[in-house]
Amino acid sequence: MKVILLKDTDGKDREGLFHDKVLDALQKEGISDKWKLVRVVDIGIYNRGVALKILPAGFTYTDLTEEDIPGIVRKSIKEGKEIKEKISSVKDKQVKIVLRNCGVIDPENIESYLETGGYQGLKKVLFEYKPEESIEELKISGLRGRGGGGFPLWMKWNFARKTRSDEKYVICNGDEGDPGAYMDRSVLEGDPHSVLEGMLVAGYLVGAQKGYFYIRAEYPLAISRVQKAVDDAQEYGLLGNNILGSDFSFSIEIRLGAGAFVCGEETALIASIEGKRGYPSPRPPYPSVKGLWGRPTVINNVETLANVPVIFTKGGKWFSKIGSPTSKGTKVFALTGKIKNSGLVEVPMGITLREIIYDIGGGMLNSYDIKAVQTGGPSGGVISKEHLDTPVDYENLQKLGSIMGSGGMIVIDESDCMVDLAKFYMNFCVDESCGKCAPCRIGTTQMLEYLDSISKGKASQEDIAKLKKIAAAVKKASLCGLGQTAPNPVLSTLRYFEEEYLEHIRDKKCRAGKCKELLEYTIIQEKCRRCSLCFRNCPVSAISGNNKEGFVIDNEKCIKCGNCFEVCKFEAISRG
Amino acid sequence: MITANINGIPVKVRRGTTILDAAKKINIKIPVLCKHPDLDSTAACGICVVKNAGSGKFLRACCTPIEEGMNITTHDNELHEVRKTVIELILSNHPNDCLQCARNNNCELQKLAADFGIREYPFHQLKKGLQPDYSTKIINLVADKCILCGRCINVCQNIQNVWALSFLDRGIKTRISAAGDINLADSPCIKCGQCSAHCPTGAIAEYDETEKTWKALYDPDKYCVVQIAPAVRVAIGEAFGYPEGENLTGKLYAALRKLGFKAVFDTSFGADLTVMEEATEFIQRFVHKKGPLPLITSCCPSWVDFMEKYYSDMIEHFSTAKSPQAMVGVLSKTYYAEQNNIDPSKIFMVSIMPCTAKKYEITRSEEMFASGYQDIDVSLTTRELSRMIKQAGIDFVGLEDGKPDHILGDYTGAGVIFGATGGVMEAALRTAHYYITGENAGIMDFESVRGLKGVKETTVEIDGNSIKVAIAHGIGNVEYVLNKIQKAIAERKEIPYHFVEVMACPGGCVGGGGQPYGVTDKLRISRSQGLYLDDEKQDFHYAHENPYIKKLYNDFLGKPLSEKSHKLLHTFYNPRPLYRK
Repeated sequence: MKVILLKDTDGKDREGLFHDKVLDALQKEGISDKWKLVRVVDIGIYNRGVALKILPAGFTYTDLTEEDIPGIVRKSIKEGKEIKEKISSVKDKQVKIVLRNCGVIDPENIESYLETGGYQGLKKVLFEYKPEESIEELKISGLRGRGGGGFPLWMKWNFARKTRSDEKYVICNGDEGDPGAYMDRSVLEGDPHSVLEGMLVAGYLVGAQKGYFYIRAEYPLAISRVQKAVDDAQEYGLLGNNILGSDFSFSIEIRLGAGAFVCGEETALIASIEGKRGYPSPRPPYPSVKGLWGRPTVINNVETLANVPVIFTKGGKWFSKIGSPTSKGTKVFALTGKIKNSGLVEVPMGITLREIIYDIGGGMLNSYDIKAVQTGGPSGGVISKEHLDTPVDYENLQKLGSIMGSGGMIVIDESDCMVDLAKFYMNFCVDESCGKCAPCRIGTTQMLEYLDSISKGKASQEDIAKLKKIAAAVKKASLCGLGQTAPNPVLSTLRYFEEEYLEHIRDKKCRAGKCKELLEYTIIQEKCRRCSLCFRNCPVSAISGNNKEGFVIDNEKCIKCGNCFEVCKFEAISRG
Repeated sequence: MITANINGIPVKVRRGTTILDAAKKINIKIPVLCKHPDLDSTAACGICVVKNAGSGKFLRACCTPIEEGMNITTHDNELHEVRKTVIELILSNHPNDCLQCARNNNCELQKLAADFGIREYPFHQLKKGLQPDYSTKIINLVADKCILCGRCINVCQNIQNVWALSFLDRGIKTRISAAGDINLADSPCIKCGQCSAHCPTGAIAEYDETEKTWKALYDPDKYCVVQIAPAVRVAIGEAFGYPEGENLTGKLYAALRKLGFKAVFDTSFGADLTVMEEATEFIQRFVHKKGPLPLITSCCPSWVDFMEKYYSDMIEHFSTAKSPQAMVGVLSKTYYAEQNNIDPSKIFMVSIMPCTAKKYEITRSEEMFASGYQDIDVSLTTRELSRMIKQAGIDFVGLEDGKPDHILGDYTGAGVIFGATGGVMEAALRTAHYYITGENAGIMDFESVRGLKGVKETTVEIDGNSIKVAIAHGIGNVEYVLNKIQKAIAERKEIPYHFVEVMACPGGCVGGGGQPYGVTDKLRISRSQGLYLDDEKQDFHYAHENPYIKKLYNDFLGKPLSEKSHKLLHTFYNPRPLYRK
């Protein structure tokens, strides 16, 4: 059965009309039994309306209207011809390794994965290389963990391999939790077998017989596709006893994450699988020495594992040629914020932020200038626009006060407030702090209190010093990565934008107009045409007056919702 | 062996030694808060962070094993700042109402704040606003004062295997509570009080009944009498600056009389009496085959509660003999009242115990009212007594040694060793030996039952009989023994033991939940040693030789397991649900 992939790249087809339309057209042409229509998360095209990709021909059509469908189905699908004027011409600087199959193959069909060379990496590892040679290949590749820490993969696996134990485990960490990040979900939904293959290779090399997929429960499609992949692999002899006739046996179980961000931290994740409260524990011992049920455990993130099969099919040397001197391969970023093309991008490491934002992301969304880029989610930080030409890799981002993290990338423009941004992330950390260790539990709450009072103009300059003092203690004394990195959004915004903090404190001003409590709306009487639109749109009746005498805003009553500002057609309302 | 450097000083330690212990070896003290020597590190507080020069990382000294070639800095300006800030953060989420706190002057957080010279609270005060749980009237859970070190949960789950306590919620809302957010009284809690003994702050403490006791002492209509348990005499000194394990029996008697008690009894006398009854029970079962074996001791109320909740199928194995506390209690309102012509309704019986669960025992079943009144009116912990002595302005150190009342007061060495793990077994074996052979064994003949090993299994030979015994202390160690018994019974195989002693608290009563704070294995050993020395200096070492025990049976009870004994000195057990609805 051939496949048509459907992607709604900018959310215009919320009702699913296109989906039904394509099915109708297939029916009309009498070919619905030969074609399968699959909705996908990512086909590497963004903000181009509804897109269809026809496989295996590879024709991609974008910005489709409903009227286009019957023609495409008849000409391109039934007759196999290209419709030149509709064909997409998206080309960019992306390099697809992790997302190589996403949007290219049918994720629910193992044959589809096999056709692209799937499980060839595993075969090489099982039958062509000695385990030491495989580890060496990983070492040559230079692949580092994509979950955030960037620890060399070969070292982690080698530790687990060398630790003696009756049982060992492999865990795939699919508890993606950074706000706005969805690369793991895309891979699990779009190419589950590549991750499965990575786990099998890990299992064989470290001597494990059991693997766990830990996937957050909020990803039902990913879960069902991984389950399908596991079932199919079982049927094809790729899982179970004596895989492909070798003496390697491996089984896989799926565990669902219950929604705690901290369970993405490896020791907390292990506690969660063991049925305990999702609390991190001190390292060392590292999981590769003492992990799940006290046994050596390799735990890798989805993106890391998806890289593994390619390293064995194309070679570690090939892989090592992509990327920067210290960081090899590609990184998937969830590009979002004030940018034209938001979505997942996979880029070679060493590419500059500017290239990602302007060449791939299509530049700024609105007329505002770029102010900064936030990377690494709540554990990361902001990087000011002066550093846009820095090549992106683990070390460079860290030097700039941020981190690679799992790959969130948010473009920030002049209409964004840095205090507000820090507050957003701190709020997230306060919500998600597990509560085990005092520095993180109390420190994040205190930092949020200070950020809150700064955003309300109620703080003093001394509070900035306190904020820094707490941030330093939380960074150094917290037990796990969540706490150790929780101050980053505060520290990095203070590093580049301390003046903006001081404006809030000293001048009681928020230059971006985000901090509501510092805003004051007034009606500029000279510009006001007495249309009463503001009066009618005020939800709390803070505007009084009439068509003859004009209108005034009572700032005591005003809740700074901005309705009046938005609705006024004459720019007669000032905000400041 | 590992060689490393701490503050430039070379240190050589065994592999696996933590940075904290390695530093201690070269007299470098790293401040800690959540760490307790009894428990695995929870790594919760972050006070013990040190710097590793190699990786540039901050490590928790309490739980990080030192590695070959490490170069550790334990004190510098940065570490001082971090630690002080963490303490300030903890204080910003603490009521800081030290003056009204059960742990005032005896609090690990307070001490740390004092050591670090905290003179202001620089951050916002984040109030918790949690409701205290006084439901048990034995152990108070004041979650507001909790710093979430996790010791109580660790001890409840991992040492005691009871799982009554748990963390609830997350982040800044995290709190301790009975698991499932119910009242502690409705939970599987066995009232052992180990949580309170390990709590660094006033978050978990005994339910204070000193006021109730004062009221009785000042009531002219009440005739107040008191008994003190063996383990109290070797621990109370810690509250008055004595060396560990110092035996202060004489000073205690004197202090109790000064407090206004009209008669001073000793629970060790009750222990002698328990031995008489229990050893007779054992002979009945072992020699005369009347009743199932093994016989399991029942003088620890937490253990009784645990058994009734978790192992009620073992009820028939339990000795029906009451605990020494309960025996002295009932006799004070019957025998003593009779002998001295006192109206038992006027007697107010106070027991001083190393234990929180004894507060539970005094009303646990109707047999605790065998005198016709509540046999014991108030049970106080060692900690409560030391506060009363201080409140009364008694110069404890300067006191001349006092004497107990002879009746219900004079004890043998067998009775006083009840306070240490293995003590009940040893005392009972001494008398059982006499019952079987008609001769006394040597007082060190059963020494193999002593010591802090979690489960002690041994076989003693008495007149050609091999008696297999097991002693477990710390409820977590009980499972092994009970499973072995249950398995043998289920498979109809030879029973693994004839006689089993269980104490809920690690170390036995010397490590009880009501003892002075800061217990460690070293302290448990010192306190036990104090009791064994007491045994040595006594004129009698065998319960059956206690002249006042003999007199009691002659005057009043008849003989062990007589009808009167059964009525006054024995009790019964019933299955109890784990969770009370």
